[in-house]
Amino acid sequence: MIRHQQIYAWLLLLPALALLTAFTYVPTITTIWDSFTGTGMQAHTGFTLDNYRFLVEDDVFWQVLGNNLEYAAVTVPVSVALAMAMALWVNGKVRGQSALRLAYFTPTILPMISVANIWLFFYTPEIGLFNTLLGWFGLKGLNWLGDPDLSLYSLMLMAVWKEAGFFMIFYLAALQGISPDLYQAAELEGASRWNRFRRVTFPLLMPTTLFVLINAFLNAFKLVDHLFILTKGGPNNASNLLLYYIYENAFSFFDTAYAAALTVVLLVILVVLAVIQFGVIERRVHYR
Amino acid sequence: MLKSGKTSIIAALLATLLSGAVQARTNLTMYYPVAVGGPLTSVVDSMVSDFEKQNPDIDVNAIYAGNYNDARVKALAALESGAPAQLAVMFSIDVHELMDLGAIVPFDQMAQTPADKVWLKSFYPALMKNGQVDGKTWGIPFQRSTIVMYYNKDLFRAAGLDPDHPPADWKELVSMGKKLTHRDATGNASQWGLMIPSTGYPYWMFQALAKQNGQVLMNQAGTETYFDKPSVVEALSFWKSMGSEYHIMPEGTIQWGTLRKNFLDQKTAIMWHSTGNLTAVKKEANFDFGVAMLPAKKALGSPTGGGNFYIFKQSTPEQREAAFRLVKFMTSPEEAAKWSIATGYMGASPAAYQTSSLQDYVKDFPPAAVARDQLKYATAELSTHQAGRVRKLLDDAIQAALSGQESPEAALTSAQKRASRILRRYQR
Repeated sequence: MIRHQQIYAWLLLLPALALLTAFTYVPTITTIWDSFTGTGMQAHTGFTLDNYRFLVEDDVFWQVLGNNLEYAAVTVPVSVALAMAMALWVNGKVRGQSALRLAYFTPTILPMISVANIWLFFYTPEIGLFNTLLGWFGLKGLNWLGDPDLSLYSLMLMAVWKEAGFFMIFYLAALQGISPDLYQAAELEGASRWNRFRRVTFPLLMPTTLFVLINAFLNAFKLVDHLFILTKGGPNNASNLLLYYIYENAFSFFDTAYAAALTVVLLVILVVLAVIQFGVIERRVHYR
Repeated sequence: MLKSGKTSIIAALLATLLSGAVQARTNLTMYYPVAVGGPLTSVVDSMVSDFEKQNPDIDVNAIYAGNYNDARVKALAALESGAPAQLAVMFSIDVHELMDLGAIVPFDQMAQTPADKVWLKSFYPALMKNGQVDGKTWGIPFQRSTIVMYYNKDLFRAAGLDPDHPPADWKELVSMGKKLTHRDATGNASQWGLMIPSTGYPYWMFQALAKQNGQVLMNQAGTETYFDKPSVVEALSFWKSMGSEYHIMPEGTIQWGTLRKNFLDQKTAIMWHSTGNLTAVKKEANFDFGVAMLPAKKALGSPTGGGNFYIFKQSTPEQREAAFRLVKFMTSPEEAAKWSIATGYMGASPAAYQTSSLQDYVKDFPPAAVARDQLKYATAELSTHQAGRVRKLLDDAIQAALSGQESPEAALTSAQKRASRILRRYQR
């Protein structure tokens, strides 16, 4: 009987498992394999560490890695904090509540590519929205995407705008799941607004925060659609991110073996992030 | 699992081949890119259907494959997957890499009859440069361009300049640019004299400046680059000085993608851009504009650009023959004229400009002939082995110099050093 159930369970798992194997596990393994056995476009040219040796010497790689870490370090906390603030705001009794919620969520519905195409024109120095706004205050316009000190931040700004609304939805759902009893009890105790947030709301949102954080970090490494439209990683790699660099190597330079080595680095980063988040932060998360 | 998948694909392929043989029809798959605006896919579709009408024994499946990069990726992926395309329009500068991959066959193999040999020589020599390697022809010019100078005649008049005398050399470019640049009280430029795009294809624009200064950037074999020659450094310094010294152009990099809009909104009086934009500018400009050759320093000059036809090695002799016929049709004078009028790309052969349709069009709209006239001074587009990596080195150097991160000399010297390292193993 139990055996019977075992088979049944495996059968139910099979479709998902087959897809995961075909599209996740096998490609992962072949990528790692290729990074050690390929050169350029040719696979299986014998075991070599050349791709990794080149990676260590490649200053563009280090620059791109630094960019990506900075990108994550800024966009993740900012968009998560913003998402929480917006959720608290639209969860309260505000006039035009649903309109507000919709407004905050709109950036999420739009496809990244079309958003980037619109922002490309926002950022354009002569005809763009941002410089027109600056001009009203008598300020000198900026070359948002063309200045290497600025282009990465311009990308961050758009990413935060795009991401925050998405995370807000999760916070909103979590907020509505918190029992009002807790707030009434806190009020009876005479807790201030800040203490209510710090002692009740924030801890109860922690499971959501963990989930959102993981997603935000993954996206910081995974989402590069806007680079294709806005900067192509330029000027001079100032806004290049790891995944886009992988794409360039694989499809512009035809160096699939090196791209595989870069992919392995990306995988390691993502695994480390996941381990940190599940291992360290989860211990501090309060699940009911 | 993988094995059986392959077998079934081969079986399916054999089945299609056999059924094709039974019907005595040849099926062709062709990939092509579109790099500029406008409904170009419908133009290609109508040309292909005309071809099918004249050649009922050939079926052509023409697939729009995105920009040049996408088209190359898709065509190569198709080759790998065992369901290949037989021909494609791809970047003219992909030739060395396609050869290194062993993906393409030279056209000399198909062009056996005397008529075909004449046909091979019927194109503008400047457009053939990117397609000829080791004495053979690997690419046939189709959607080809040069860089031309678009200028706003209304703004020229407003600045007291002769609208029929666009800047002919670098000195005039600067002096006219100064008159065409206006600033408001805060020092913000409300109108720029000139914009040269420095994202997207910076190396391409730079080749024009270098050529005007008398220097090409690579050898025909694609094994050497000359990025650190003094005249090349001088060209980059001049490009930078238009922003940093003469203030007739914005500093930092200028977006390829938004430049046409800047020109159409009269934010810049002059722009350098692909001639492939001509028809779009003609349709959208609500002011009087002119098109001229790029200005000269030591000489006139622009690189050619755009896409060539390639025929892939993975094809049957019948398919190659059919593909060859298709290429001959698509590049015939009448079709080339039609294509040129619809897009602004050049007619690739002198005969195209002899057709009555293109002659009438040029008479009516003289800017359409500028790119062709400029061909006399044109040089091949930057194309080397490992072209993607080498181009990127130059792109980065240009952007580093324009945005003030490095001096032109330092940026170009380090780009040259890296390019030589990459190209060393291709030198024989």
